[in-house]
Amino acid sequence: MSALPPRFADWFASKGWTIHPHQADMLARADAPSLMLIAPTGGGKTLAGFLPTLAELADGGHEGLHTLYVSPLKALAADIRRNLRTPVEEMGLPIRIEDRTGDTSAHAKRRQRADPPHILLTTPESLALLISYEDAPRMFAGLQRVIVDEIHALAESKRGDQLMLALSRLEALAPGLRRVGLSATVEDPAGLAAQLAKAPDPCEILYADPGPPPDISMLVTEERPPWAGGGAAYAIPAVLEEVKRHTTTLIFHNTRAQAEIFFHRLWLENEDALPIGIHHGSLSRVARDRVEAAMLAGELRAIVCTGTLDLGIDWGDVDLVIQIGAPKNVKKLVQRIGRANHRYNAPSKALIVPANRFEVIECVAALEAARAGELDGEPRGRGPQDVLCQHILIRACAGPFLADDLYAEVRTAGAYADLTRAEFDDCLAFVATGGYALRAYDRWQRLKQGPDGTWSLRDPRATTRIRMNLGTIIDYDNVDVRMRGSRQMLGEIEEGFAATLHPGETFLIGGQVVRYEGLKEMIVEVSRRADKEPRVATYGGTKFSTTTELQHRILALINSDDWSDLPEHVRDWLWLQQDRSQMPQADRILVESFPFEGRAHTCLHTFAGRNAQQTLGLLLTHRMEQAGLHPLGFVATDYATLIWGLDEVTDPAPLLSREDLTDGLETWLSGNAVMKRTFRNVGIIAGLIERNLPQLKKSGRQATFSSDILYDTLHKYDPDHLLLRITRDEALRGLVSFGRIEEMLGRTAGRVDHVRLEGPSPLAAPMLLERGRVPIEGAGRQRLMEVEADRLLRESGLGAL
Amino acid sequence: MNTLDFPFAGRTLTALPSGALWDRAAGWLCVSDLHLGKSDRVARRLGLMLPPYEVAETLDRLAADLAATDARTLICLGDSFDDLAAAEALDETDRLRLLGLQAGRRWIWIEGNHDPGPSGLSGEHRAELSVDGLTFRHIATPAAGPEVSGHYHPKHRVGPESRPAFLFDADRLILPAYGTYTGGLRATCAELSALFPGPSFAILTGPRPVLVPVTAGTARRQHPPRVRPLRRAG
Repeated sequence: MSALPPRFADWFASKGWTIHPHQADMLARADAPSLMLIAPTGGGKTLAGFLPTLAELADGGHEGLHTLYVSPLKALAADIRRNLRTPVEEMGLPIRIEDRTGDTSAHAKRRQRADPPHILLTTPESLALLISYEDAPRMFAGLQRVIVDEIHALAESKRGDQLMLALSRLEALAPGLRRVGLSATVEDPAGLAAQLAKAPDPCEILYADPGPPPDISMLVTEERPPWAGGGAAYAIPAVLEEVKRHTTTLIFHNTRAQAEIFFHRLWLENEDALPIGIHHGSLSRVARDRVEAAMLAGELRAIVCTGTLDLGIDWGDVDLVIQIGAPKNVKKLVQRIGRANHRYNAPSKALIVPANRFEVIECVAALEAARAGELDGEPRGRGPQDVLCQHILIRACAGPFLADDLYAEVRTAGAYADLTRAEFDDCLAFVATGGYALRAYDRWQRLKQGPDGTWSLRDPRATTRIRMNLGTIIDYDNVDVRMRGSRQMLGEIEEGFAATLHPGETFLIGGQVVRYEGLKEMIVEVSRRADKEPRVATYGGTKFSTTTELQHRILALINSDDWSDLPEHVRDWLWLQQDRSQMPQADRILVESFPFEGRAHTCLHTFAGRNAQQTLGLLLTHRMEQAGLHPLGFVATDYATLIWGLDEVTDPAPLLSREDLTDGLETWLSGNAVMKRTFRNVGIIAGLIERNLPQLKKSGRQATFSSDILYDTLHKYDPDHLLLRITRDEALRGLVSFGRIEEMLGRTAGRVDHVRLEGPSPLAAPMLLERGRVPIEGAGRQRLMEVEADRLLRESGLGAL
Repeated sequence: MNTLDFPFAGRTLTALPSGALWDRAAGWLCVSDLHLGKSDRVARRLGLMLPPYEVAETLDRLAADLAATDARTLICLGDSFDDLAAAEALDETDRLRLLGLQAGRRWIWIEGNHDPGPSGLSGEHRAELSVDGLTFRHIATPAAGPEVSGHYHPKHRVGPESRPAFLFDADRLILPAYGTYTGGLRATCAELSALFPGPSFAILTGPRPVLVPVTAGTARRQHPPRVRPLRRAG
């Protein structure tokens, strides 16, 4: 297959289109076992992926499933189905195209398994489910191509690992299957390609013309950014001006909570009543659909949104992207900017709005990196073993298997290519018997080995429960929010947040202020009577830390002798820092000590990212407590940690020794909430904890097991258990980010500068205004509870009891 | 050990941090809903293999409470085993451990809905028991009279913390679940508030038991938190 078939050439000509060079390349390379295309948004990437399929199916000779298309979003699968219909119908091609996601009816799903279409569009989770059926070999027998769309987004999470394991299974069912990956611009195309290809085979990479460089700049406002905080409310008048000047603007935020506050304030100042909507992952499907439809119809002038709009759905005429808050990650910034001018060969226009003074520096550094095309990202690491455990369960659902075969198969997934047999056996033992050291489940194992050596489910009825719990996306415990007296859902909030609400209190959701009325059958009921200052709902989900590469650029920028890109007020601020204290440097740790409001303060300017700075705060306060320095609390940003307490730190160097920090980690980590949270996710994915039960009771005793109790029990009796090892590895990389602390310790190599001041330094002062202060607990929590209980007893008039 | 004394039906009873109830004067200790063998039953019925250490963990705590109180009598208020098959499947180590705890004291198994009928283990097996003017049974009955029961696994929230809790009023006392893998039912849910129509109290378990009134009235509306979040005065 090399040239465009005549029927296709005519169709292109009838549209007045010419085929893009990368689309022609994809056709020419259609026989490659694996192929990755890197193209900017709007480059006709998806059609490039499908052209070879359409050409191969044009003669109507293929029976059954030919091409499987996998995308991270259900909406994307539906969108592609609509988009493919045009060429197929207009060229009169004999091709059946269907999508299959969580939204597809059970009837349609059954029919698809019995009589699959030529092209099936699906998600990683639906694919995992498909390969768990006993008839999977029949369904996939004739499969020729798999197209993984937006592979850069999938590859960042366990969804990508699960997908690649599924591909290893498909390869066994349909040997010689060709793999195609479609990706936005990424920092490490070769790494991504290695995940896609059948290991250890190579993968060819095609690059589309990246198009003209984007037009990006920082939004300059009359008013200066505040010293601390993340709301960027100061920029609202300027943002509204930009919205007026453009046709359609996307306003990206880093968190849902910030998007909600910004949207609320935007409307308070929106005197011209410009049609502006909000879109994020915690809004109800109905609310999101409405905004998406209005957007497609060109009825909205702007959408306030979060990462949910990052991916490739075609939104039409967006001509400006505004990023509120420092982007934290240059790659994400570049991908977001690509959303503007979804037409090939038109420059994207974007503005970044720093939320505070330090973010001005980060924004300037990020702009430099984006213009230089220098992207960043953390390497993915080895394939996670909890995902492998789930894959073993999926394999068992489909029928008996031999351990040797599955081990060989799994190692053809790039991320698992170096999986040792011992590691595989550990995972298999966990799935089969729980893998406990001290006490074996000998009668009620999950998998049993037959006389022929094959493994199968002890109880075949277990497949229903296993299938109900597939997937690697872990939602936080959320509850739905509904307007009282209406069936319509507004969205969802975290259960923990719901528990702190009491009747009459108001909060923000979907941009409106609503009043909490009560909880009915696990649904939060609200009314429109909003007569109080609203609270802001909290949402689960990690805050991104500024990447290592971007931190290095920031450090280089503040230490360079050219500050011409920085606004004058920031230059003055940095001059003052140099004058009063000294500038933080990449190869030294700057520690400032000063008294403030009667407390001894210590500020560490270590630039390791929010998660690592938080961990550093926890570890150091723990060490200070032991040293009798009476720390009272700390606060962390992406750049620094500020600790306050009763006694001054006179010699910070020993506190920062690598050995002591590592020791502290060992003892502190095991009991920490971060570990328990990580364990919960690992336990759910590995199949120890079930989220979905066949008949969910509406109320009554908890049917689920508290993952915290399971964690504590396991930690006490079986501390070396597989799941605890996975949890530890993951916490160290993720929320704990100890790797970033090690990176910082490595580059500074014990060079600590201790500057003692009479008051806060210019760089430390904004830290005093930061939110998210962490009090050091100790026995504090119990004491607070007792104080509250006393008050309740007194108030009830029963205190004398 | 931090304990909390409280008056009930003319006696002074003591709440232990673990959720056990102690009558110092009469020398009995009472625990409810041990659910021993839960991991075995879950594996058998659901195919999930939870860490199989809950029997060891529960007996560790019970041994500590028995040692601390030197109780002459132990009353298990029912649901001592997750089911009768789980009682039979108890392994030798745990069985011997239990025998050791029984040595030298009176041991009463009251039956529960999970373990109706004798479990085959030594000790007295009763449907219910009356001593010292109190009636011990697994599930609370509407009838009046000072009664001590379990079954509901009550828990209660004060500020940010939700913990297993004792619930009581003038003549009804419900114990929290003692077993390791046991969930809980909010003190303010409809089922429990129906049992306590008047003013009632909760004692939260934990390092130091804490006594709070369970606010009535709000209980009948179904709000998750009955208690306002902790807030400093002023």
